[in-house]
Amino acid sequence: MDLLEYQGKQLFGRHGLAVSDGKAVTTVDDAVAAANEIGYPVVVKAQVLIGGRGKAGGVKLAANEAEAREHATNILGLDIKGHIVRTLWIEYASDIATEYYASVLLDRGAKKPLVMFSVEGGVEIETVAEETPEKLIKENVDPLVGLTREQAVDIATRGGADADVIEGVADALVALYEVWIEEDASLAEINPLIVTPDRQVKALDAKVTLDDNAMFRHKENADLGDSANADPIEQKAKEQDVIYVKLDGDIGIMGNGAGLVMSTLDVVAQYGGTPANFLDAGGGSDAAKVKQAIELILANDQVKAVLLNIFGGITRCDEVANGLVAAFGDLNPTVPFVVRLDGTNDVEGRKILEDAALPNVHAATTMDSAAELVVKLAKENS
Amino acid sequence: MSILIDKDTKLAVAGITGREGSFHTLNNRAYGTNVVGGINPKKAGENVEGIPVFANWADTVAETGANAAMIFVPPPFAAASAQEAAEAGVELIVVITEGIPAHDELMLFNRLKRDHPNTRLIGPNCPGLLSPGKANVGIIPASFFKEGNVGVVSRSGTLTYQIGNELAQAGFGNSSIVGIGGDPVPGSSFIDIIALFEADPQTELIVMSGEIGGDAEEQAAAYIKDNVTKPVVGYIAGFTAPEGKTMGHAGAIVSGSAGTAAAKAEALEAVGVQVGRTPTQVAKIAMEILGAAA
Repeated sequence: MDLLEYQGKQLFGRHGLAVSDGKAVTTVDDAVAAANEIGYPVVVKAQVLIGGRGKAGGVKLAANEAEAREHATNILGLDIKGHIVRTLWIEYASDIATEYYASVLLDRGAKKPLVMFSVEGGVEIETVAEETPEKLIKENVDPLVGLTREQAVDIATRGGADADVIEGVADALVALYEVWIEEDASLAEINPLIVTPDRQVKALDAKVTLDDNAMFRHKENADLGDSANADPIEQKAKEQDVIYVKLDGDIGIMGNGAGLVMSTLDVVAQYGGTPANFLDAGGGSDAAKVKQAIELILANDQVKAVLLNIFGGITRCDEVANGLVAAFGDLNPTVPFVVRLDGTNDVEGRKILEDAALPNVHAATTMDSAAELVVKLAKENS
Repeated sequence: MSILIDKDTKLAVAGITGREGSFHTLNNRAYGTNVVGGINPKKAGENVEGIPVFANWADTVAETGANAAMIFVPPPFAAASAQEAAEAGVELIVVITEGIPAHDELMLFNRLKRDHPNTRLIGPNCPGLLSPGKANVGIIPASFFKEGNVGVVSRSGTLTYQIGNELAQAGFGNSSIVGIGGDPVPGSSFIDIIALFEADPQTELIVMSGEIGGDAEEQAAAYIKDNVTKPVVGYIAGFTAPEGKTMGHAGAIVSGSAGTAAAKAEALEAVGVQVGRTPTQVAKIAMEILGAAA
């Protein structure tokens, strides 16, 4: 789960990482009240899960109440690359002497946490990594020990932090590591980590991703994120425990198992089609779940044809076939379906479909022939 | 020969009394795997169709001599169960459980590496292993596979079946099939398993099936270049996956240019691994290398 900036900052605050005073609001009046309370100048910041907020006009400085009102009015409701601004973060505008960068993430290659630090803050860290890699310190941490203070001081020193803020930067790194560990984050990033003219070290932004699999032990974080801007079909799929990712094409895809579904998308693309979604119905899908999955796929009105690609291991093909028959009874789909059933109980599954003689449902025997056929049918139907 | 599991495997199962756990344990036994025990602290002393249930891993190992562990317990407890199996001296631990927190996997991996360096962890979130004709540990539908000379290692379960089935239709059998799982911190990597296949006399060709995310395939490519003499055929899923979206597997996410399917295929091809663009192509390449199969 990706957190909005203010949610990340609130987590930071809980772990002793310095952030500016601020308040999250959803109306213009509340924004103005918050600004008056915090004291000017304030920054009015759009809370959306997409980069480039500043360029899109989603981050503005306000010197007085009139400006705070004006900016809040303009930014609330703003569409930033498809994300509607529903929440503003109003915070005291910090004076900035220097901008650094700090993050903690999982280094999958090393199978250890990775702490990164650079004095080149406020810019894309990928650019720093590419153009001046010597300015990006990357240090693996032994997760059984944790990030020690000595190691944090060493990272800050080698990274070239100003001598008088080495201690402050080390504190921030240790706190950021604590956020990462204790909140079960997969990413905790501060860009920029600023030094104020009075030499305080503060997080001016926050980018935090939490591990959905660990949410059972962080009930207090369960309602974070930006569900209002989530795709409605993706949101519904989540509630139904089906993994659905919306894509831009017109061929609906359902399969069982993430790898097989990814592979199905690729094979459809090879035959010249464009998938409308990724849908992994998971192992052991029963008829009811299959029906739900088909409903999700058809909820996207871009879909011109649907491919069901099932290789049953735990999943039983007769269950899938029964789910499809039930879905047709209720939904009366108007688009053609191609169904490939292989694996556990495939003979029974194919027989069920044959007997049901559903309108516009085509059986295919291999993944390749199924992909080829669905691409052809989608073209004919568009 | 085969790798990791065979006729000498003595399997015990944590979570044997659960719905999935009992179903697959009995399936494994029906295939011929020697299942010696199971664990459920609340049901110690009972049995599952004759398989004795113990309170913990230490008792299980002491009573049965189990040398392989399969973990089916729910995500909040799975890493602890695997750790306990290692402490009891089990040297092969297969974690089927899906949805374990990434930090639990991270800690488990590092603890095993430090305290139990000879323990091999497969998974989490994997379909397990199959040595056709000898033993099945996990959820791989064994009926599709027969004994043969192709070793398969894969990050995905159902994709393993798809590729395995294409190979079977082309006439090939398998020495062993190993699902290493699609999570961010797998216990065993491609390299670990490829090294075992390289040393296994029965294996004449290695098929590795990867997917987007991480750099395990790139690391495998570097390893293959210097250490592997047997032919390797690759497959990568996720050429059309969009950046920044998790594709079902927690590990399958592309961020920036790293971890794309194209970059992985390129890294493998650069060291002489032929990469099939579809599972069907993988079987075709295998046939070209080994000749029309036996």
